[in-house]
Amino acid sequence: MNEYRKALIDPIFNNNPIGLQILGICSALAVTTKLETAIVMSLSVTFVTALASLSVSVIRNHLPSSIRILGQMTIIASLVIIADQFLRAYVYDVSKQLSVFVGLIITNCIVLGRTEGFALKNPPLLSFIDGIGNGLGYSVVLLLVAAIRELFGSGKLLGFTVFRLTRDGGWYPANGLFLLAPSAFILIGLLIWALRTWKPDQMED
Amino acid sequence: MSQDSTFKTIGVATGICLFCSLFVSVAAVKLSARQQENKQLDKIKNILQVADLADSDAPPMQIFQERIMPVLVDLATGKPVPKDQIDEKLDPNAFDVKALSGNPKYSHEIPGDQDLAGIKRQTNCMVVYLRKQGDTIDKVILPIYGKGLWSTLYGFLALEKDLETVSGITFYEHMETPGLGGEVDNPNWKSSWKGKQAFSPQGDKVIQVIKGQVNTASDAASHQIDGLSGATLTTRGVDNFIQFWLGDNGYGPFLKQLREAK
Repeated sequence: MNEYRKALIDPIFNNNPIGLQILGICSALAVTTKLETAIVMSLSVTFVTALASLSVSVIRNHLPSSIRILGQMTIIASLVIIADQFLRAYVYDVSKQLSVFVGLIITNCIVLGRTEGFALKNPPLLSFIDGIGNGLGYSVVLLLVAAIRELFGSGKLLGFTVFRLTRDGGWYPANGLFLLAPSAFILIGLLIWALRTWKPDQMED
Repeated sequence: MSQDSTFKTIGVATGICLFCSLFVSVAAVKLSARQQENKQLDKIKNILQVADLADSDAPPMQIFQERIMPVLVDLATGKPVPKDQIDEKLDPNAFDVKALSGNPKYSHEIPGDQDLAGIKRQTNCMVVYLRKQGDTIDKVILPIYGKGLWSTLYGFLALEKDLETVSGITFYEHMETPGLGGEVDNPNWKSSWKGKQAFSPQGDKVIQVIKGQVNTASDAASHQIDGLSGATLTTRGVDNFIQFWLGDNGYGPFLKQLREAK
């Protein structure tokens, strides 16, 4: 049981895919201007990572090494297409805002990193839990960054006004920097700094 | 059998592909009805937005039915198509420009030198939307589309009652690069179209999307629109297909009819 708990909890802070391994930065910059898009993106990535790890683990003993990566990519790509189809059917507006970034989950290093680095060597259930854990680790960073960016960039959280903007007669002048991609870079950098101050063993020499 | 034999490799690859394609096709087929519905609703929301009707709290469908009148127009003559010639494919509510422009019965090829929009074929008729205020028409909403950099952009251009001034523009479908060409969705850029001269009082087409920023001091500022920075090709595409759709192959004849009827 301990093993499963470790697979689920570890990637959230101890071995965070963004925080420690610095993977999946591209989408973390692109989809975090609003909390809503970040939530949908987090769910999609968690869904893809978990099911891709599970499927790869199920066939791990039959996957010839010469087409190992191809096989994994086929599975990942199919799962991403399915996730995209669901988003288009059920949350059309968000899927329009996410545009290409849903499709780009295919190239998100976290997904292939987990199937290649973990699922190929571990049993299905454990791989599935590991996938969910890494999805959650990605989600935590994404949601934090998105919450900060939406709050300071447009004075809102999930579309509800928290700080009234000066252009609507309020007191808060919107900080446009937070809506631009570089701000996510800075925020992720600060998060990594905070994480490594809290857990000094994550520091690299 | 060895793990890496050619036979096994091909077998496993085929197996994975079949299995994955099964799931993908089931998802695509099962969800397509819902997706179509969403697309349709999104298109209607875009029409309402460009017609300045989007702020109301009423459901979009209801406002659309109350305030917008779709009319099927024969592009060559500029006249509405008589009711008895409208078959089910031309029904204004089901009109699908993508499907019909490939159908020789409803469309024609555009001569290469006139094909500013880069669309090769166009339908003989288009559905335009008229915004009603009581019995009078106070805005004309024209569907426009054409090639940008990567994709075909689909959208609407609305003209005021005078048929000279732009009232708004919007795009409901495109695959341009987010942050560059994708900025055609930027509300600030879209609002820069409002109030620009599309036609001179003599009826000549004057609107222009230029590269870079419009010099506000010049006389041309009233009919020029800033290009999108970092998106020269998308901007050029938008300019080209606006010229196309407002020209003789597009809504030129229709707008002329409307002007004469005033």
